[in-house]
Amino acid sequence: MNGKSKLRLSGVAGKAFTYAFLLFSMFLALVPFAWMVSSSLKTETTMFVFPIQWIPEEFHWDNYQKAWTMMNFMVPFTNSLKVSGIITVGQVLTSITAAYAFAKISFRGRDKVFLGYLATMMVPFQVVMIPQFILFRQAGLVNTHLALILPGMFSAFGVFMLRQFFLSLPDELLEAARIDGCSEVRILFQIVVPLSKAAIASLSIFTFRWQWNDYLAPLIYLNDKSMLTLPVALSTFRMENLTLYTLIMAASVISLIPVIVVYLFTQKYLIEGIAMAGLKG
Amino acid sequence: MKTAKRTNSKLQRRNDILGYAFLAPNLIGFIVFTLIPFVYALYISFFKWDGITDKVFVGLDNYLALLKDSGFRIAMKNTLIYTVLNVSTTIVSGLALALAVHSVKHLKTLFRTTLFLPNMVTISSIVIVWQAFYHPTYSPFSMILRTFGVENPPQWIGDPKWAMLCIIIMSIWLNAGYYMVLFLAALNNIPSHYYEAADIDGAGIWKKFWRITLPMLSPTTFFVVIMAIINSFKVFDQVALLTQGGPGRSTNVLVYYIYQESFTYYRFGSASAMAYVLFALIFIVTVIQYRGQSKWVVQ
Repeated sequence: MNGKSKLRLSGVAGKAFTYAFLLFSMFLALVPFAWMVSSSLKTETTMFVFPIQWIPEEFHWDNYQKAWTMMNFMVPFTNSLKVSGIITVGQVLTSITAAYAFAKISFRGRDKVFLGYLATMMVPFQVVMIPQFILFRQAGLVNTHLALILPGMFSAFGVFMLRQFFLSLPDELLEAARIDGCSEVRILFQIVVPLSKAAIASLSIFTFRWQWNDYLAPLIYLNDKSMLTLPVALSTFRMENLTLYTLIMAASVISLIPVIVVYLFTQKYLIEGIAMAGLKG
Repeated sequence: MKTAKRTNSKLQRRNDILGYAFLAPNLIGFIVFTLIPFVYALYISFFKWDGITDKVFVGLDNYLALLKDSGFRIAMKNTLIYTVLNVSTTIVSGLALALAVHSVKHLKTLFRTTLFLPNMVTISSIVIVWQAFYHPTYSPFSMILRTFGVENPPQWIGDPKWAMLCIIIMSIWLNAGYYMVLFLAALNNIPSHYYEAADIDGAGIWKKFWRITLPMLSPTTFFVVIMAIINSFKVFDQVALLTQGGPGRSTNVLVYYIYQESFTYYRFGSASAMAYVLFALIFIVTVIQYRGQSKWVVQ
């Protein structure tokens, strides 16, 4: 892929400039995190001291303990894990079967239905949120996780992304299996799915991350503290303790640790998935 | 498609049943949670309704009222300002980062991973840092400006003139890495023999950038601009978490206004009308994308 000749600044000065630019950008990308960790270990009185003390004089680790207890961290964390996990599994499964139908089964009306799917990718959540809210209110599902899980399980995006990938698999492979008397379900789960592991992994990570970070839908549906997902629980904690900067910083650091760890382990799939599907930032 | 022509009607029927059976779980969810709500929202937009008492049919009044609603006008204006500034700056930064990462020999993965990191984080988790950065009195930016002799540094999110800019800067920080990744993938796909030929011709770096890189990137750039415009129309989290549309209405954008109209004031009819305006905007941009792809994109 990386041929020798490409667009690059030449000479020592050019190289130095490129690296300097990247190091500076990296610094900008990381500064908020560094500031957050540093502040989370300070006291309220030393937090805004200038010049900035990047390394606090005293490390107040007890901020973490306090933030953890005050926010009752395990509750929103478990809620987020549950909601995002179920949605991811559900969405990936419904997307796999639908994408297979669109890519590899020639049924009547296929192109029209697919066009309908594509068209709804344009529809912003704000258009459907009131009708969805009324639907869930009528069903008595406001303030339950089902109100988030049910609509989350079906996404045109997942279908679109996997269909693109399934189209690239050779038809001959499936024909051979069909001639051998394989059922479509077996073809899908024993041939197509194993060949699409990378695409499915990307979709799973995308979906999970999207749901984990989602703020608007949980804000609409969840009221009880015991039901809140992490982003809403954190913003509630922030609103309730406006002046306790260091505790909010500590809570924020705790909430970011799992995200960053998962990112470091999955970044290859994630970044390649974005390059492949190019959607959903 | 080849097989479709050869199949007899019995096989076609088998395919129909199979196709819809595989589609069913997703299609049912799609109809219940997207298609029906989509149509129902249009229906609601012709009524005055708080969600509890009876609906009152008002025809196009909700739409006409938007023309006179100063809050809506301000929200539209703010959304446009945000979109123009955010799209241009984020994409230029993303492209610059991609060109730099693409050109270096060492530490490529480290640069890529780190620069993409801000795009990963939950906005709700990182917003406290930005809130402190933009603190009207204690902002570290203000402190730095004071040491340079600026006596009255801006009040950042406390100042209606600066608040939108604060949100935009945070958005650049959040999203530049995402566009970098898209551009990086496109840069990897430019065949190196183009550059080799340019080298033989003795072309300089500017010439190579304008004549090879930029034209070869144009499909990606076009796609990225469209995506960025649509994402900017839908900006919510930053506004809801950092400024709640304030101070005054200085950062109230369309989607935040729709949210308030829906779940603060429970004016479902008028909120649905606004949501349909948002949909119309996105629809227009998407049509432009579809039409324009062939016109100004070099394939």
